[in-house]
Amino acid sequence: MDFDLTSEQQAIRDTCRDFAREVVAPAAEELDRESKFGYDVVRQMGELGLFGLPFSEEYGGAGGDFLSLCLAIEEISRADTGVGITLEAAVCLGASPIHDFGTKEQKERWLPDLLAGRNLWAFGLTEPEAGSDAGATKTRAEIRDGSWVINGSKQFITNCGTDISAGVTVTAVTGKPNGGRPEISAIMIPTGTHGYHVLESYRKLGWHSSDTHPLSFEDCVVPRENLLGVEGGGYRQFLHTLMGGRIAIAALSVGLAQACLDASLAYAKERRTFGVAISKHQAVQFKLADMAMETELARTMVYRAAVTYMRSGAETTDEARMLAAMCKLYASEASKRAADQAVQIHGGYGFMEDYPVARYWRDVKINEIGEGTSEVQRMLIARLLGC
Amino acid sequence: MKIVVTVKQVPDPNSNLTLEADNTLSREKEVVLDPGDECGVEEALQLKEAHGGEVILVSMGPERAKDAIRKGLSMGADRGILITDPQLAGADALLTARALAAAIKAEGPDLVICGTESYDGSTGMVPPMLAELLGAPQVSFAKKVEVDGSNLKVHRQTADGYQVVEVATPALITVTAAIAEPRYASLKGIMAARSKEIKQLALGDLGIERGEAAETIEGLAEAETRKSGVVIEFDGTAIDRIMAVLAEAKVI
Ligand SMILES: Cc1cc2nc3c(=O)[nH]c(=O)nc-3n(C[C@H](O)[C@H](O)[C@H](O)COP(=O)(O)OP(=O)(O)OC[C@H]3O[C@@H](n4cnc5c(N)ncnc54)[C@H](O)[C@@H]3O)c2cc1C
Repeated sequence: MDFDLTSEQQAIRDTCRDFAREVVAPAAEELDRESKFGYDVVRQMGELGLFGLPFSEEYGGAGGDFLSLCLAIEEISRADTGVGITLEAAVCLGASPIHDFGTKEQKERWLPDLLAGRNLWAFGLTEPEAGSDAGATKTRAEIRDGSWVINGSKQFITNCGTDISAGVTVTAVTGKPNGGRPEISAIMIPTGTHGYHVLESYRKLGWHSSDTHPLSFEDCVVPRENLLGVEGGGYRQFLHTLMGGRIAIAALSVGLAQACLDASLAYAKERRTFGVAISKHQAVQFKLADMAMETELARTMVYRAAVTYMRSGAETTDEARMLAAMCKLYASEASKRAADQAVQIHGGYGFMEDYPVARYWRDVKINEIGEGTSEVQRMLIARLLGC
Repeated sequence: MKIVVTVKQVPDPNSNLTLEADNTLSREKEVVLDPGDECGVEEALQLKEAHGGEVILVSMGPERAKDAIRKGLSMGADRGILITDPQLAGADALLTARALAAAIKAEGPDLVICGTESYDGSTGMVPPMLAELLGAPQVSFAKKVEVDGSNLKVHRQTADGYQVVEVATPALITVTAAIAEPRYASLKGIMAARSKEIKQLALGDLGIERGEAAETIEGLAEAETRKSGVVIEFDGTAIDRIMAVLAEAKVI
């Protein structure tokens, strides 16, 4: 048993920590207030190599591993979770499926720009009537005159509407073999394709610096080669994609929990009541102790799940599934408790947008919803227990 | 142009410094590449990008000083040399300079870049000693370097401005923080640094012996604590009183 990060992993974490402090954090307040996508921040993240971190050098990646990506997402999210989710969605949901399931031509065409951060790719699974029950997809794709024709809609899709969004991979029903479960396939749709509409962005509670839109498809035509992976393989593919995504969302949650602890500890040492710093009041100390403990527990769980996921490779093992669900569930709930206590420790000031903890509190809620709600994670764990 | 940058691992400037029983700095805690040397590495990389060549990092220190070299390699330097030997523990400036000189001579660089002084020891004596041992001219406090064939034009920071000095290579320069803003090691660079060579040399490999220490630490004294300032309350006469204080201090 060895809990030490390798020297490369440490170097990547330290570099991302410095970068987050010097580049991401100073922009966070304004991007949040004005609900702006941070093009300049994202460009610099691309130059640093963040979008290609876990991919092979062949397509312009850095050749790092999945745990390194989790460390990077944690550090970036410690400064701004909206930017953290931009990175997470671009890498885990956008580029990874192309890298893992794409043909040589698809990879050569899309990956170099995605891995350099010059372009973003989105992943459209959720629909108005298919969220937790993602298999209930209504979007349909059929072959007409040798091309795919797609009709339907998608809901809450990250990274699809920026100036650098190159396209989206959608799941769609492509057939119904023998009256069984509908066959689902994944199809790649480049931005600007006729019949592919990116609708007006949402007004969100948090993650203001991230880009989220509903999508609609009206007789949207793409070439047959835009199928990603095998026909009918869509369901299995997105289960695999979401497993990495969940661990990465847990890493994002750890970053936010750490940010809550950082801000609260600094504030508690400064703010004085009854003649002493509030960090001398036991009630405040216990909150800080709990935050520190839960953050560290969540972090340890993320590392373990990430390493198990890496080792399981393309196989989706039950152990990896279990750990992914557990770390996503625990880290998202721990970060919510941390944000709640962070506002509490700040008293009235915590309710003011002048202090970052107000943003943390708004940003944290989505962690329990995106990439599988807490209820869904509990269902997965119970199923794996054999219930 | 073949450039050697001397790099040193020092305690993290953001951590508290403590002393060991023998009055040397404790290196137990977080250690980093000397921030001053980072500027030197950056300048070397920029010169290489503009004029081609190779950037070699040379360090003396314990095994783990490899991490400092590795940091520079991730920024883009080509390879590293670590001089490490139990006999070098607690080496003074002269021994350090002799060891570095022996390793650098073997490389025959056109330019050696050093920090003005290390963040921890702050003696500033190693670079001039090194220049002397290498038989190379030294230009200190460089804030800008221009290459002109086999000559360098160096802008040298002084108290009142800067001098422009011309020097023939091979030469040694010490750089100030103004020379170049160190880049982030890209994540690709970090991964690529894994496979770059760090050659390890012991005293025997360099053909030198420890010899007598040129310097020893006789004793240590606490720095005088700064006296707290005078608070002048605003009461109508405050401005005159502040002017009087400034006049007395001869700053106006
Ligand atoms: C900001 C943001 C970004 C997103 N980005 C993306 C993206 O890029 N791509 C993408 O495909 N999706 C994305 N999503 C969608 C997200 O994954 C879904 O919102 C999520 O999976 C939940 O689906 P739903 O919203 O339809 O909730 P529902 O499935 O309608 O759930 C409603 C409630 O019912 C509970 N529930 C549902 N079924 C059960 C059950 N069987 N037992 C117990 N409780 C149950 C849920 O836990 C939840 O509390 C994003 C969402 C947001 C808000």
